[in-house]
Amino acid sequence: MPLISDIKAIIAGFGVTLHHMLRRPVTIQYPEEKRVPYPRFRARIVLTRDPDGGERCVACYLCSAACPVDCISMQAAERDDGRRYAAWFRINFSRCIFCGLCAEACPTLAIQMTPDYEICKRDIMDLVYEKEDLLIDGCGKDNSYNFYHHAGIGVTQPRGAGLEERLPVDVRSLLP
Amino acid sequence: MTASPLDIALFAAKLGVVFFVILTMAAYLVLAERRILAWIQDRKGPNRVGPFGMLQPLADLIKLLTKEDFIPSAADRWLFLLAPAMAAIPAILTFAVIPFGAPITIAGRQVPLLIADLNVGVLFFLALSSIAVYGMAIGGWASNSKYSLLGGIRGLAQLISYELSMGLSLVPVIMLAHSFSLTAIVDAQSTVPFIVYQPVAFIIFLISITAECKRIPFDIPEAEGELVAGFHTEYSGMRFGLFFVGEYINIIVLGGLATTFFLGGWHGPFLPPVVWFTIKSLAVAFFFIWMRGTLPRLRYDQLMHLGWKVLTPLALVNILATGWWLALAAS
Repeated sequence: MPLISDIKAIIAGFGVTLHHMLRRPVTIQYPEEKRVPYPRFRARIVLTRDPDGGERCVACYLCSAACPVDCISMQAAERDDGRRYAAWFRINFSRCIFCGLCAEACPTLAIQMTPDYEICKRDIMDLVYEKEDLLIDGCGKDNSYNFYHHAGIGVTQPRGAGLEERLPVDVRSLLP
Repeated sequence: MTASPLDIALFAAKLGVVFFVILTMAAYLVLAERRILAWIQDRKGPNRVGPFGMLQPLADLIKLLTKEDFIPSAADRWLFLLAPAMAAIPAILTFAVIPFGAPITIAGRQVPLLIADLNVGVLFFLALSSIAVYGMAIGGWASNSKYSLLGGIRGLAQLISYELSMGLSLVPVIMLAHSFSLTAIVDAQSTVPFIVYQPVAFIIFLISITAECKRIPFDIPEAEGELVAGFHTEYSGMRFGLFFVGEYINIIVLGGLATTFFLGGWHGPFLPPVVWFTIKSLAVAFFFIWMRGTLPRLRYDQLMHLGWKVLTPLALVNILATGWWLALAAS
């Protein structure tokens, strides 16, 4: 009979709400309780340094090109030894959508996302982070990677001195 | 009979206490409803103002009082201003006939714990419950807004659907108690509450009073999904607050009436009578809140169908059965 099943369904509904009434709420009382984000949580962007303390960023503009909202801008410059760096580097966090494409595009692991999600400012201009705000002292997620030990041939070390490199072959001595 | 100053003082004290307690309970019922609904939805609810949010009603009051009292330019000014009071006052007045405790003795006098022991208390309640709809209908009409008008019309249509079954569900109670007086009805339940004899009438009454105080699943005059806020769309500030508080006073008063008619009034073991009355009334109020968290809103025509084609015939059959049973018991 539909009447009986209807009444049963209504009573079952009351049971469900009673069950939820007695359950622990899922609310996190934000300013007092903070949830611990996962390590790969995508929030505030940082510029990391290599294990030797040098800036990893080589100002290749790949992050800026990958950024879908165009919030990264920089100016490339070159040191006396030929190593590239960003003369200035700017991320506008009022535009950033925290998609992580910049960190994915970065060939030197310089630009990385951190789980620090509390970026609130009274003044919107304070959300424009300059290079000194972005640069951190550590290596971020990869503690051993140093771009110039793998590539950057001939800039900081002679050719063939990289980790996965062999010395260049002298084509003149390769004759049969 | 001349009233001595002590009688008048006792009466005034009773009035003051009842008025204060009812209004405070209404204010805290709002908080209780928000908290319980939050728990149902796995949230915590308002807990910022004071410990456990206990000062939230005060904060709400300050907010409502300091808001602009807006009157639409095309509104019927005087009716618009009067309507909230017309909705809230009958709700409080109904409490006058509810006995909320056993008579107590103060300074050698018997003081009945109710405001007015009318011998037609049931009729008084039915009359006031009809008058309360005027506030809603007139408020809806005077706002001169389509949503308000629709809300007011729906309120009236709802009234004629539930009022009959509510009145009819009380007839068996009167038959059992042989009286229209609420004191006599409570006295008749000193051993067994009427819900034992009249479970069907209790359910009909419970459904009808849910419609009476316009609560989900019968909040058709408000229907915030369809009519913005129904009859109080155009109201702001404390006038909206009066409608709002009136609704919660109504819940408490109707909870008290359900207690009086079916749950044995203030009768109960171990605890003092006033405590029993409060516990039973708040249990009914809790059920209302629980129901709000559970059921969806009925459609306009579904309520009509329920009222006219289900509840009213059922109540009539229940009256016949009660009469038959009483006649058998008498013979």
